[in-house]
Order: sequence, then C-alpha cells, then structure tokens
Amino acid sequence: MCRPAASRDFFDPVAMAWRIFNMFEAEADLVLEEGPLTATVVSGANRAGERSKVTGKDYAETTMWMLAVRDHRDKVAFGRLFDHFAPRLKGMICRSGLPAAQAEDIVQDVMLTVWRKADLFDPGRAQVAAWIFQIARNRQIDIVRKERRPVPEELRQVEQTDVDAAQVLALEQETRALRAALKRLKPAQRVMVERAYLGELSHAEIKAETGLPLGTIKSRIRLGLEKLRHELKGTDRK
Amino acid sequence: MTAITHHIPDELLIAYAAGSLSSVFSLAVAAHVSMCDDCRAQLEAHEALGGTLLEETPSETVAEDLRARVLDGLDAPVAAEKTYHRSGIFPAPVMAALRGLPPKWKPLGLGVRQMILSHTAEGSARLLYIPGGQGVPDHGHNGLELTMVLQGAFRDETGRYGVGDVEVADGELEHEPVAEDGPACICLAVTDASLRFRSLVPRLLQPFFRI
Ligand SMILES: [Zn+2]
Repeated sequence: MCRPAASRDFFDPVAMAWRIFNMFEAEADLVLEEGPLTATVVSGANRAGERSKVTGKDYAETTMWMLAVRDHRDKVAFGRLFDHFAPRLKGMICRSGLPAAQAEDIVQDVMLTVWRKADLFDPGRAQVAAWIFQIARNRQIDIVRKERRPVPEELRQVEQTDVDAAQVLALEQETRALRAALKRLKPAQRVMVERAYLGELSHAEIKAETGLPLGTIKSRIRLGLEKLRHELKGTDRK
Repeated sequence: MTAITHHIPDELLIAYAAGSLSSVFSLAVAAHVSMCDDCRAQLEAHEALGGTLLEETPSETVAEDLRARVLDGLDAPVAAEKTYHRSGIFPAPVMAALRGLPPKWKPLGLGVRQMILSHTAEGSARLLYIPGGQGVPDHGHNGLELTMVLQGAFRDETGRYGVGDVEVADGELEHEPVAEDGPACICLAVTDASLRFRSLVPRLLQPFFRI
C-alpha cells in the first residue's frame, strides 16, 4: 500500500503526539495569561464571604440567552438561540446523511426540547453548545431508531442562585481555548476529529485511528475536567 | 462502597457522545456514567468538544416557517414522558431497560440466572445473577463484551471487579470469572456477538438461552 509522505507523517503516532504536546503546552500558556481575570472574580467572591452571584454581564451571548430562557422563560432570548443554533444543527444533522426535511423535523424537536428541559441547563458544567449537542444526539437517535436512547441519570438540579460565576467564566474560557486548539490542527487531523465526534466512526475505528489526537483533546480539557470533577464530587444524587 | 477502578474505555465514551454507539453498548455507558463521576466528567468533556464542532459546523439555511413552527410549539401542551429512576442496585438506565419492573430471572444451571434485556442483530444486553463463590462457565468472546457489576464482586484472570466496575473483554480474552463469596454477584453484560462456551453442553444450550 502506498501513501503520500504527508499522510504517513500524519499517521505516525509518535511524531504526532509530540506536535500535539507542543501545541498544547503553548495553549496552556495562553490560559495562564488569561488567568488573572478569573482569579479576580474568585477573590472578590471570597472577600464578600459568599459565592459570586450570576450577573451574566461577562458571559458569552449564548449563555445569557439560555439563562434568560431557563430563569425567565424569555421567548425573545429563545428566538436568538434558535437563530444561532437551528442552521448549525441542520448542517450537523444533514452531514449524517438525513434528507433536509427530516433534518428540519429533528431541529424542531431539538429546539423544543431545549425550551422544555431548560431547567436542566447548568452553565457551570456545560457550555450551551455542548448541552445542545448532547440533546441533538439523543433526539436524533430516538427519532431515527424509533427507540429511547439509554441516557445517564440526571444529576440533582443546581439551585439557580447557587451557580458560581467564576466557574461559568472558567468553563467558557476553556471552551474558547479548545476551539482555538481545534483551529490549529492540521486539516487531516481536523477531519478525523470531526468524523469521530460527529458519529462517522465506530468505537473500533476510533480506537484504531492513530491520527486522532485523543491525548490532545484530553490534555486540552484537563483543566475543565478537574473543575467538573470537583463540582461533581459535591453533587448529591436525586 | 469501594472506589470504581475499571472504567469505560475512551473510544466508547466518544462513540457514545457522537451518537455512533449501538444501543446495547450505550446502555452500559449510560449505566456506568450514572455511577461514576470520573467517566461522567470525561463524557461531558467529549460533549464539550462536540459542542465546539457544532458551533463551527457550516450552517444550512432552514425553511422560513421553521422558526414560527417552533415558537408556536413553545406553549403547546406536551405529554409527560415516562421517566425511570434508580431503584436499589439498578441505575436509572437499567430500570428503563427493565421498564420499571424487577428482573424476571431464568435459571441457567448451578444457581446462575439471567434476564435478557434486549437481543437484536447488533448485540444483546442481559442481567446475570451469579451466587457467591460460583463460577460462570469458561467462555471466550467473538466480539466485544462489557460486564458491569451492580452488586457483589467477581474476579478473573484480569483482576477484581466490584460495584460499578466494568470489565472489557474482546476476542482475545478467555476468562473464568468467579463471584466472590458473600452476596450474589449481579452484573449487566452487553455484547455485540454471542458468547462461545468452550465446554460442549453450554454450547448446545446456547440457542435456548440466547447467551
Ligand atoms: Zn468510570
């Protein structure tokens, strides 16, 4: 079998691991530079002797819209979420090979689920896009396979006043860094990541795919993960 | 309860997040994540990456009336969907597979019992009940098998598996799991192929028991 040189390099796990490692070391510095913003928020909250209240003024737009939907059943904010996510959802669902009409039915179902299950949205644990991504996967499988997809138990819902603004901002920052890191992947790697995470590879293919920067993704999200773990440890089950 | 030490492999968490995992393996992932905060955090991290890709997915223009249809639907009454909760040793996804009812065990001999939860072309999911001290017939695997402990514990050549632990057995593993003395070991076992037993009798019984 013959492969072009660039591709062989791409499939060399050692060379790739090293590139990826270097890439994420650089990324880690970036995070540290942004660090003081978060630190200020945290220390301010500590001085006040209470957890910082959600003001939303520093949050990403999508987070603010989602919180307005969750806490105030705000239909204008929901319309903005629709305008932002519906075309992306349709793009993602069409990519999985469904015809446009059925894709739109699923988009409709997903957006209605977002409205109805808004009380389960916890900005300290998931970005809006990640939360909607997960809903879209569940709904698409339920509708296409005509069976309920097994899903994990929900964690106890957070008290709405109990959300730590510093945690929300830190998670947003992690997500921005993750996005920046994805942009810097080589095109071939990027393709593999998309195929794996958009459902085009089986688990066996994911395992066998040495070109998939799994170590990378893990190290990139490590910080966010530590926060999540910490959060989850203090969470009671329903 | 001792800490969980055997987790779901990352490729299965990714395939679950991506929606490409079969429903029997999805059941095992959902059951384990319900009991394991580490894997829950890991799964949510993979979903974070999925969300990032969603943000960057090229948009497809939606039909003009879709927005209105969705907004009109916001106040429409919805039938409450049936939800299942954890009951005793069974996490919610297993209760959903049991449709909220206690397991109906079928004897397999030597005190071992099973209940088939689903059996389709893509694989099977079942609950196994193994009395303390009892072994499961020695078997190899044609495909991938995940066994998660819900009660008690078992040991085999690869280690000890307590509540919440998942054993991942692929085509290469020939093992002889034995339940620890004490309460019966109850497991959720999912596989994408039928098990092949090495001794003659169980192989003959295989079509009857669908294991
Ligand atoms: Zn785990």
